[in-house]
Amino acid sequence: MILKESQIMKIHYITGIAALFVVAVHIIMRLVMPFSMSLEYENVIANYQNIAYAVLLESILVLIAIHGFNGLRIILIEFRQNIAWENGVTVFTLVAMIALIAYGTRTIIVANGLG
Amino acid sequence: MTALLNIKTRRKKLERDEKKESTLESSRKVVHLRVYRKNPKQDKSSHFDKFEVPVQRWSTVLDALLHAKGYLDKSIAIRYSCRMASCGSCGMKINGIPRLACYTKVSEIDGNIITCEPLPNFPVIRDLVGDFSDFFEHHSAMEPFIHNQNADIVDENRLTEFIQTPEDVENYLQFSYCIKCGLCYSACPSVGSDTRFPGPQALAQAYRYVADNRDDATQSRLNIVDNKHGIWRCHFAGSCSVVCPKGVDPALGIQLLRGHLVNFSKNDKKLAESRTRNLGKT
Repeated sequence: MILKESQIMKIHYITGIAALFVVAVHIIMRLVMPFSMSLEYENVIANYQNIAYAVLLESILVLIAIHGFNGLRIILIEFRQNIAWENGVTVFTLVAMIALIAYGTRTIIVANGLG
Repeated sequence: MTALLNIKTRRKKLERDEKKESTLESSRKVVHLRVYRKNPKQDKSSHFDKFEVPVQRWSTVLDALLHAKGYLDKSIAIRYSCRMASCGSCGMKINGIPRLACYTKVSEIDGNIITCEPLPNFPVIRDLVGDFSDFFEHHSAMEPFIHNQNADIVDENRLTEFIQTPEDVENYLQFSYCIKCGLCYSACPSVGSDTRFPGPQALAQAYRYVADNRDDATQSRLNIVDNKHGIWRCHFAGSCSVVCPKGVDPALGIQLLRGHLVNFSKNDKKLAESRTRNLGKT
């Protein structure tokens, strides 16, 4: 299914605003203990093993991947104006986005202990 | 006694004339005009020619250029017509800013060096004259005319009156002031990087017809601008609105048109359409 540019941009804006919210929650969560302590190995793993936190991380991953790779697509298609380049850029960003989400999801699952 | 009065009157007149002449003399000055010269048909390189031009307080840059062309170098290529900011022909970059030469007074410019260059984003035909073909193609691609299925321009008996309220006119009025001078197009950084981007002028015109309740081709116009190189490639630099000599705000038009595309806009267009139809029936 080919999305219209307005539909893609609607997704772009929604993911951008949603990412702001979840990243803000993510940063605030760092402040429940001293910052350096929050980055210690045990605490990080403990975060991953909390299902609610793992869902938050997954949503950050998905939202930022969609928003970021679409942003990259927008920048790249302005460089050249031909169909082959546009299609190549679209396919490249789509594949890169899916690969990043898959790899990140795998990391979350493994750290969570479900894998 | 009468003779004495005559002498006094004549002396006063003489003093007045002298004062007037000295005011005129002080308002005259010389500016240094730097004019971009290029003739792609003969030579691909470009250079600046310098001219010393006498100007008055009320002289415009176009006056200065025409003086240089008339008395110093007849080969300077300039496009101009109305000299009153109506035709939009004399757009050029004056001291780095896209402006109309006929609408820019020499006295507005800091210093007495005036650098005139052709508008950016337009291929140079010669000197200060740019090629507007792409610009007008983008403009005509927006179908800048009223589409209305109810309007029959062939059968006189079926002629319909397009009734609009002052509020309906307000929706698009400022965008109809566009004189197609190309200043916004030349100031737009997106046009500079993406040649298929329609530019602020064409997009603002698309909005002008979308906002016009006499027009019923909203969806087809939205489809025209909704593509990879369409309205979404505007990054809202806002320079188009800054340089417009007619006070049009193309950046606003683009944002309002985007509102229609993502369904964030109010339903005013449909309401206005139905109101016009009802008025037509009565």
